Amino acid sequence: MRNSLYKKSIISINDLKRKELELVLNKSFSLKKKPEPNLLKNKIIASCFFEASTRTRLSFETAIYRLGATMVGFSDGNNISLKKKGETLADTISVISSYVDGIIIRHPQEGSARLAVEFSNKIPIFNAGDGANQHPTQTLLDLFTIQETQNRLTHLNIAMVGDLKYGRTVHSLTQALAKFNNNKFFFISPDALIMPNHINDMLDKKEIYWKRYKNIEEVISEIDILYMTRIQKERLDSTEYTNEKSKFVLHTQTLKNARDNLKILHPLPRIDEIDRDVDNTPYAWYFKQAANGIYARQAILSLVLIEQHS
Amino acid sequence: MQINKLQVEAIRSGSVIDHIPANIGFKLLSLFRFTETEKRITIGLNLPSKKLGKKDIIKIENTFLSDDQINQLAIYSPYATVNYINEYNLVEKIFPTLPETINRILICPNSNCVSNHNFITSSFIFKKDKFENIHLKCQYCEKEFSKNIVLSYQ
Ligand SMILES: [Zn+2]
Repeated sequence: MRNSLYKKSIISINDLKRKELELVLNKSFSLKKKPEPNLLKNKIIASCFFEASTRTRLSFETAIYRLGATMVGFSDGNNISLKKKGETLADTISVISSYVDGIIIRHPQEGSARLAVEFSNKIPIFNAGDGANQHPTQTLLDLFTIQETQNRLTHLNIAMVGDLKYGRTVHSLTQALAKFNNNKFFFISPDALIMPNHINDMLDKKEIYWKRYKNIEEVISEIDILYMTRIQKERLDSTEYTNEKSKFVLHTQTLKNARDNLKILHPLPRIDEIDRDVDNTPYAWYFKQAANGIYARQAILSLVLIEQHS
Repeated sequence: MQINKLQVEAIRSGSVIDHIPANIGFKLLSLFRFTETEKRITIGLNLPSKKLGKKDIIKIENTFLSDDQINQLAIYSPYATVNYINEYNLVEKIFPTLPETINRILICPNSNCVSNHNFITSSFIFKKDKFENIHLKCQYCEKEFSKNIVLSYQ
């Protein structure tokens, strides 16, 4: 069957239709159940990390090898000759696109992946994070994990906690889950770090329930997914940080009234927003979530690079 | 038209940008880089206007505006009209409309946006919020700004 993601660049979760998200999720499930070690045997994929991001890079590179593809690339843009010679991103992409079948790009500037598409001569680009903007495969692995643990992506109550203002993962995940029916959003953050208006407006437009809450206890008995994020010290002034921070830290006693099916997710790395004791509860799912990144990335790579899927 | 003819010299051929809100005329001159040409330009500032109370007017000889310039006009002065003149006769009257997207002209206020670093074109789409305020969304960094923030960033 021909798939609509074939030869498509994966830049922003907003570009993907619900059907396409489902396609990726189905492929992720099938690859998790039944690995296909030769699926991309004759493909060469460039992994271009203009800024270091070890976790994401290793996850992508593992996905590449698990599908039997070959990888070329670099892992730290500051130490490559391209940077030293002052070559523009556009020229770099233009050259690399003549070598490979697909390009994974991580870059500190917002919009760089979108720019890369304009210079890649139709070779698909995979955005592995462009500044504070998008990181679509993170969202795909989040969705995959939610579906895997809840058996659905609809009729879910999702709480998001922490830095909702700058946290790109929560923005993208909200945008993605808003494409599925009857999900409700519970936003929990310091006043200075609330969800941006454009996200709230989008939810309002689609008549999707969302509300701000003061702390996790208020909602714990109602939610299926608790998506934790880190609050960076520099986002708040120091007194506010000390006063506020404790309200957004998850302890085992916070989970007292949790639903049985509750799963706690976190894009990682965590600092101290989830107490280590929580790791031993059945709710903790963040390490399994990170492991799912391999399957979600395998799925997206194979759907984009191979037209037919059995 | 009669009054304007008296106040601002008529041109034989070229463009007359009329109904520019007062105080925007100078801004348009520099934005359109008209001052860098050798063309003969006549401007009228703070002229009486039925529609606007006061208006500015710009006449440029032997010049016709590009589509980009007309789009730009729609952002800065939504009520402007562009009249093309030939042999002192009005040959075409254009009412600029707000485009869906606007390329090249504006600069993204996000300093970390790739469009500010690679000598490339900028690209914005227009959006209206529930209060009918106009927002511009950068197609590269996907950030949304209110129209005035983008305009004052130039
Ligand atoms: Zn931008």
